[in-house]
Amino acid sequence: MFNPSLQLIKKEIRQKNFENILSTVTFFLFLPALVIIFMLFLKGYPALSWNFLTQDPIHGMTAGGIFPTIVGTFWLVIISVLVSCPLGVTAAIYLSEYATDNKMNRLIRLAILNLAGVPSIVHALFGLGAFVLFLKMGTSILAASFTLAVMNLPVIITSTLESLQAVPMSYREASWNVGASKLQTIRHIVLPNSIPGILTGVVFAVGRSAGETAAILFTGVAFYLPFLPQTVFDQCMSLSMHLFTISTQVVGVPDSYPFATALVLIMLILSVNSIAVGLRYYFRTRRKW
Amino acid sequence: MIKKIQIQDLSVNYGNHNVIEGLNLDIYENEVLAIIGPANSGKSSLLRCLNRMMDFNPKAKVKGKILLDGESIYDDEDSTTLRRRIGMVSPLPVGLPMTIKENVTYAPRMAGCKDQHELDAIMEDCLKKAALWDEVKDRLDTLATKLSGGQQQRLTIARALSHHPEVLCLDEFSIAIDPVTTMKIEAVLHELKKHITIVMVTNVINQAKRLGDRTAMMLHGKILDLNTNDKIFGGEVKDARTKDYIEGLFG
Amino acid sequence: MEMKVTQAPSVPMEWRRRKAKKHLSEKVIESMIKIGGFSSIIFIIAILFFILKEAFPFLIGAFDFKEFFSSTEWNPASVVKIKYGTLAILVGTIMVTALSMLIAVPLGIACAFFISEFCSPKLRETYKILIEFLAAIPSVVWGFIAIMMINPMIIELFNVPIGLNILNASLILALMSLPLIVSVGEDALRAVPESYREAAEAMGATKWEVATRVLLPAAKNGLMAAALLGVGRALGETMAVLMATGHAIQIPESVFEPGRTLTATIAAELGESPKGGEHYQALFAIGLMLFIISFIVNFSADYLIRGRRK
Repeated sequence: MFNPSLQLIKKEIRQKNFENILSTVTFFLFLPALVIIFMLFLKGYPALSWNFLTQDPIHGMTAGGIFPTIVGTFWLVIISVLVSCPLGVTAAIYLSEYATDNKMNRLIRLAILNLAGVPSIVHALFGLGAFVLFLKMGTSILAASFTLAVMNLPVIITSTLESLQAVPMSYREASWNVGASKLQTIRHIVLPNSIPGILTGVVFAVGRSAGETAAILFTGVAFYLPFLPQTVFDQCMSLSMHLFTISTQVVGVPDSYPFATALVLIMLILSVNSIAVGLRYYFRTRRKW
Repeated sequence: MIKKIQIQDLSVNYGNHNVIEGLNLDIYENEVLAIIGPANSGKSSLLRCLNRMMDFNPKAKVKGKILLDGESIYDDEDSTTLRRRIGMVSPLPVGLPMTIKENVTYAPRMAGCKDQHELDAIMEDCLKKAALWDEVKDRLDTLATKLSGGQQQRLTIARALSHHPEVLCLDEFSIAIDPVTTMKIEAVLHELKKHITIVMVTNVINQAKRLGDRTAMMLHGKILDLNTNDKIFGGEVKDARTKDYIEGLFG
Repeated sequence: MEMKVTQAPSVPMEWRRRKAKKHLSEKVIESMIKIGGFSSIIFIIAILFFILKEAFPFLIGAFDFKEFFSSTEWNPASVVKIKYGTLAILVGTIMVTALSMLIAVPLGIACAFFISEFCSPKLRETYKILIEFLAAIPSVVWGFIAIMMINPMIIELFNVPIGLNILNASLILALMSLPLIVSVGEDALRAVPESYREAAEAMGATKWEVATRVLLPAAKNGLMAAALLGVGRALGETMAVLMATGHAIQIPESVFEPGRTLTATIAAELGESPKGGEHYQALFAIGLMLFIISFIVNFSADYLIRGRRK
């Protein structure tokens, strides 16, 4: 016998089940990540100390601190952002405000997409071929930073483009209408209103640079250096590379040392990202339009 | 009467789609020319040609001649000088995301005026002309985007006046604002026409009737009729469709 | 209504008559913007050029097409017989990528469905921030996790001698590519017009029916693009797989055996190979291969997404 109400109830149950399954799946997808971060804290925290952050690694990198690696990461991140930021922002301005030829526009977008998809180790090869060898920078902070900059370019272009295009077209037209030039409109109308978005993108790029390892592998980072870099033409150590080294290349390292290093790296990146998320939230709430 | 703007054989197309076809029109100095017609008949495109806003639309192709005081508007490669001479008010009010004061002084500042006293004088003058001064004089440093729609539209007019245009184009300025504000702005325009030439596109036939010296009827990118108001609204039309439109039979 | 219009101010308004002229500085800035605009094209070409440049001598010299793609022997530093066979490495790459996608794509798309269709806005916001954080965890940390946590876990659970193997790398890669798959997939689902959902719900469809019969077909291309981008991410990942796979040259017979990937080979060997030598050039040839694969993957993903918009 056909019973419509029973049918409906079954349908309802199936629907609820479906929803529950999805929500469970989603929850369990994020669970391992949270557990992992929690474990990092648990195992790394005891080894964290002021000395750990401010001293050099000793005894063949089986003990001591990670000071030079923090310094190196700092150098790399700052220089790479200084390079990629102006380049990325101008690229986005061109795409959003100047490019009219649709085919060219399409080609540039395709290039950005591919640049974002190129494996980081291929970026490293490029950096080695172009910056280290061809431009004769040698394995140096400069070469490594440039490689990172090329890698981060698509991140900055995409986020900048997004925030430029979020500025309503009517603002631009209003500005043109009263006799402001294209450049003036960009300078006084478009950029001031998209700075928050650009800034958020840059901060995300900073986080990405800080954790990158493969791209700087052959371009400017050393396993171990007994001294701090003096100029941008020196090599440096980096946090990410150091974590790789002490967890795979060096024997006899007590667990707590790499755990603490990983924790510092994660904390650094998560705090940078939190700043980005916070910035975005802050600016979203006090948007002017 | 002096011809302020002469439009000769103007055609505009977007790709294969013609919006304006072989249009001829003279606009006289210190007159109010109202342009009426149903949607998509090319009225806004015509206005956008006058101050070369079409330059920014890569898909639009403009053919024909437009003369301002007898000189082609395309003589100067840079269109910013032209835009200072021809002011434009868009259908939807646009308060730029800056203070009221910055909004009104934006055009002179971009033109290179740095004299603070001059800027203040221009601001007060323009806000008064746009009938907004009394409402905002105590909060000139607040964000323009915080103003109401009607206030923002008057701000837009004030901004369009700030560069002392010789011609003011208004594109359906009243569609987004309430009747009271509309009347206020109409009164403003009534005063303004003593000094400048006004070209207004409107959907409201009565507005054309009230404000215009002459009225043009546009349809499918062509001008069907153009005559003084008393003749057009007195039933003296060349094309029957004009009469039908005025009487509300289509559009 | 009384309306007073004040006289124009008796100021000279010198700026009003001044002709607008582009300054040299403006021209310079505009051409800089143009150069910046083309920078990404320039870089893509430069990447191809420099990798080709370094790989070229190998490609016209020791490179043997048949050996390169069909031999499992990769002995670039051998004294006796130098061999450049990438088959084992290719198989390792494909196994790791395929297995990780087998895990990540269905889960990721299910997750995208949940976040886009069933979540409360507040929960969605939380998940999105979480996704961003997950995406930010650097690859070397994932590799470290593979060694320190997943490795012992696999040894204990499956009772195998080593935990650094294909399975380990696939798990790590799955976790790493999930954020990308979820966020691109979610974008694809959100791009389906609300009217589709409303129309289906108006006809009495349950959410499950809306999801499978309306959203899935409508967002098909975008979801496929999400999967493809996940593949691209997994293929290109370097440090994590280098640390997790065990890095052995052999065709793995099960997921519990170690393997090796293209990216990891470059990362592990380039430092030791003499600059300009044949081995060094062969590694650039692998880089070229990776570049081409990633180009194809990204191009297809872009094509799928564009196709949807048309």
